[in-house]
Amino acid sequence: MLLIHCPYCEEDRSELEFRWAGEAHIARPDAISEISDEEFAEYFFLRNNEKGLTYERWRHMHGCGRFFNAARDTVSDRFLMTYKAGLPKQPIPVAEERAAAAEEKTVETWEATEGDAR
Amino acid sequence: MSAPVNAGAFRIKGAGRHTPARTARFSFDGKSYTALEGDTVASALLAHGVHLVGRSFKYHRPRGILTAGPEEPNALLDVSRDAARRQPNVRATVQEVFDGAKIASQNRWPSLSFDVGAVNDVLSPFFAAGFYYKTFMWPKEAWHKLYEPIIRRAAGLGEAPKEEDPDHYANRFAHCDVLIAGAGVAGLTAALSAAATGQTVMLVDEQPEVGGALHYDASTVIDGQDGYDWAQGAAARLKAMPKVTLLTRTTVFGYYNHGFVGLAERVTDHMARPDRDLPRERLWQVRAKKVVIATGAIERHMVFANNDRPGIMLASAARSFLNHHGVAVGRNVGVYTAHDSAYEAAFDLKRAGVSIAAIVDCRADPGEAVLAEARALGIDVLAGHSVTDTSGRLRIASMTVARNGGGNARKIKVDALIISAGWTPSVHLFSQSRGKLRFDQANQRFLPDIYAQNCVSVGACNGTDDMADLIDEAITAGGGTLALSGENRFEWTGGMIGAAEGAGPDTVVKAFVDFQHDVTAKDIRLAVREGMHSIEHIKRFTTNGMASDQGKLSNMHGLAIAAEVLGRPIPQVGLTTFRAPYTPVTYGTLIAHSRADLFDPTRKTPMHALEAAAGAEFEDVGNWKRAWYFPRRGEDMHAAVNRECRTVRDIGGVFDASTLGKIEVVGPDAAQFLNLLYTNAWDTLKPGKCRYGIMTREDGFIYDDGVVGRLAEDRFHVTTTTGGAPRVLHHMEDYLQTEFPHLKVWLTSTTEQWAVIAVQGPKAREIIAPLVEGVDLSNEAFPHMSLAECTVLGVPARLFRVSFTGELGFEVNVPADYGADVWKAISARAQGLGACLYGTETMHVLRAEKGYLIVGQDTDGTVTPDDAGYGWAVSKKKTDFVGIRGLKRPDLIRDGRKQLVGLKPKDPKDVLEEGAQIVADPNQPKPMTMLGHVTSSYWSENCGRSIAMALVAGGRARMGETLYVPMTDRTIAVEVTDVVFFDKEGGRING
Repeated sequence: MLLIHCPYCEEDRSELEFRWAGEAHIARPDAISEISDEEFAEYFFLRNNEKGLTYERWRHMHGCGRFFNAARDTVSDRFLMTYKAGLPKQPIPVAEERAAAAEEKTVETWEATEGDAR
Repeated sequence: MSAPVNAGAFRIKGAGRHTPARTARFSFDGKSYTALEGDTVASALLAHGVHLVGRSFKYHRPRGILTAGPEEPNALLDVSRDAARRQPNVRATVQEVFDGAKIASQNRWPSLSFDVGAVNDVLSPFFAAGFYYKTFMWPKEAWHKLYEPIIRRAAGLGEAPKEEDPDHYANRFAHCDVLIAGAGVAGLTAALSAAATGQTVMLVDEQPEVGGALHYDASTVIDGQDGYDWAQGAAARLKAMPKVTLLTRTTVFGYYNHGFVGLAERVTDHMARPDRDLPRERLWQVRAKKVVIATGAIERHMVFANNDRPGIMLASAARSFLNHHGVAVGRNVGVYTAHDSAYEAAFDLKRAGVSIAAIVDCRADPGEAVLAEARALGIDVLAGHSVTDTSGRLRIASMTVARNGGGNARKIKVDALIISAGWTPSVHLFSQSRGKLRFDQANQRFLPDIYAQNCVSVGACNGTDDMADLIDEAITAGGGTLALSGENRFEWTGGMIGAAEGAGPDTVVKAFVDFQHDVTAKDIRLAVREGMHSIEHIKRFTTNGMASDQGKLSNMHGLAIAAEVLGRPIPQVGLTTFRAPYTPVTYGTLIAHSRADLFDPTRKTPMHALEAAAGAEFEDVGNWKRAWYFPRRGEDMHAAVNRECRTVRDIGGVFDASTLGKIEVVGPDAAQFLNLLYTNAWDTLKPGKCRYGIMTREDGFIYDDGVVGRLAEDRFHVTTTTGGAPRVLHHMEDYLQTEFPHLKVWLTSTTEQWAVIAVQGPKAREIIAPLVEGVDLSNEAFPHMSLAECTVLGVPARLFRVSFTGELGFEVNVPADYGADVWKAISARAQGLGACLYGTETMHVLRAEKGYLIVGQDTDGTVTPDDAGYGWAVSKKKTDFVGIRGLKRPDLIRDGRKQLVGLKPKDPKDVLEEGAQIVADPNQPKPMTMLGHVTSSYWSENCGRSIAMALVAGGRARMGETLYVPMTDRTIAVEVTDVVFFDKEGGRING
């Protein structure tokens, strides 16, 4: 079970207290009623679902109730950092990045273990 | 003087650590035996010379006790206290004997010594690896009906108890600086070292006492003391320290992210008469800053022909039974080994008076020190020889020995054979922590290499064999300083993985690799020949390592045999992934208290008990229990609902609406916020009034609905559907916090703060009037969709004039604590006037008679307000609200969308099935073109006919058309109508 740092409570708390809330940094367009179908599709339907570093929103559901942003590595399932809602996309601290890269090599992914068996 | 106790003919006087003064009686397959306290079931049976304890999974071969620990693949027994407290597949080497234990063997019929299933052994050429995959492919239909039931009956070991588990289980959370898995020399040393620094320490071991390998290894000296005695002393010192928690009989079964560790503590399984207040087992969920893995190593068996006869066991196990339990595993014991450690077992047995038939060592050059000692003790050593076969039906009688590379074979009589192929480091927890292993070519073993978490492996699980090195490593891991010396008597050399000389290569020999799943060396060779080149495929094809022991003995052998046949080095063939749990964990431990009433929370309204007393039947709505209908004597559901429906429209009815979701929206920007979250406009709503609102998502589809009342300029009382309350609040919070954070609004869930009593029907006003103070209830002063703060029976209340029935109606909101009293008074007055209590079923029928929508029943997440006939609720003036853009999408404004309409079956007695599909032409060829489906359907007593609502393509343009609902046995003709079936003019609501 993961430990997640709530940037409002400023504490590491158990994953049980949190709820995932989708990809981060997707702002609702200001004049939303005016945008084109393509822009609406981009805003509402399309998600990158990238492997590796992702920015996503979480909510401290059973704590302070606040939504916040997190950078997580979906390969290692490691939280690289969390920060308050409304802040722009934060760069990942270099040391963290390196540690994450190192970890990625050590971690047994499905591809590395069972993927080979396909 | 008590009579001498018969604790077994194979007890060695002076050996072992149990006292003859404390005994326990138990039965095995109906026969009674005496054990000593501290015995495992395995040691107690061996003390009486019982080796045959089970039949194997596939071939039903006689099997004995192979190990002395949790890695045991063979000796799985059924252990019971009483009928309900019965546990199948218990490892005899782990379960401690308790007085009165009833133990039975498994997987045999009619008896353990004569088992009909053993015919599978003779037929074994047909049961090679992949047999089931190949054989039961055809015909397809036979799989479910014929093959699977038969295979299921034949396979499997234990039988699950039929009764509910009467024991209870506990769950505990803990935090510590250092968690140490394993309390052998390495673990104890690390704990002492860590404790010296003042850190909080948890030391966990799966055995009843600390000591680990010292249970069997009687020649290790620590701090000048016998190793085992030193360990008990160290444990006593650790226990006395306030910041140290020492848990025995506790398995570290899982190592997860961020130092999260799962422990299973067996609290009462070893007790004869456990205190009923104690949980049987306890789950510990520990968050450790650092984990020290000191899990030791597991001895491997030798792979050779017929290596599975009862009486054949690991050398270290024989040593454990002798040195810890005081039991000799035989009187004339053979040894077959590729590693020096087995010699020490032979030495201990010899000194205890057991004759050693011979040590057969497949190596040409055994370790010199052990060889010299063997010579000194007069033990015959056959180096460069192998055991090529064994004999004996229910117990080994002889071993066949031959010089490697050919030569005359000779039979040597033995009554037990102890074996060792060397040691496999227990890297399970390290791997679970996502650490990466490396292959130690010299010693043919996988060892921890790259760490993924803050943990460190020490001792045998890290490949550290030398005692002095091990102690240094453990002290460093603990982080403190400590003066401690330790010494092994012999330095061990040797070890092999894979099949020994006697294992083939022919395809008839049964040289077992995996005992629990009956996988032999030839099965693995066959798998490779049939094209399985990845260890993951070989594992699944042969099921090697897939039994409940998870291949603790078999994985390395299987890997080596596969690598040999593939002609590839072992690291390239790869190792299968270790996953939690390390050993099986009971469901009881994992679910702890979450069963029966505590499985899922039950939400009850403040009036629940009164409704139950009034005879209500309840239905589950989410976690809520809602009164469904109130049957009177002799009434079935149909009769009760018909009566309730009639009475509400003729006189009146009282309904518990407390489960309705309620959110208080407060703040100077509250109206603006609601403008953004609902399709309706809210700034035009005056305080004291309410309005029906629809909430859409950005995509324009209906998300929720409910009545919103404005109490003041800056205060709204929002209601949601019963099931939608949490997600609506989450949705609102999301927008408030992240998209509209500039708005000054506060959201509070008030669902459980208010008890809500709906009073509906022509006499609704007459029912509540005498109880209400502070508001003029006349139609002029308090018309439909009004809201007032007042008192009811002196209790502060919010009174809504609203209706979900189409009748004159009020909803009385009082603080939850007063709900029962107010309900009592209102229902008494209502019943005095001839009105009734009604439940959710009647509520559903009455609202359907009026065509009122239920979100989630008549909508399914693809329905727009216009589709549902609620286009009027979407403001045309607002420049923004959630869903404004989605509603303009081409697909949402096209013609021919499914729209909510009414359906009247041509036969008014025919009640449609909800979910039934609707077609225009019932005679068209299949697959038919579906126009939509029935969303709500009821018998309407008030209309004297059946009514239904449906989503139908282009529905509103089809009024009066006849459509068809094809069912399996007939086709029902229906007329499309509007959704209002009763009081079309809508006058009653203003009564």
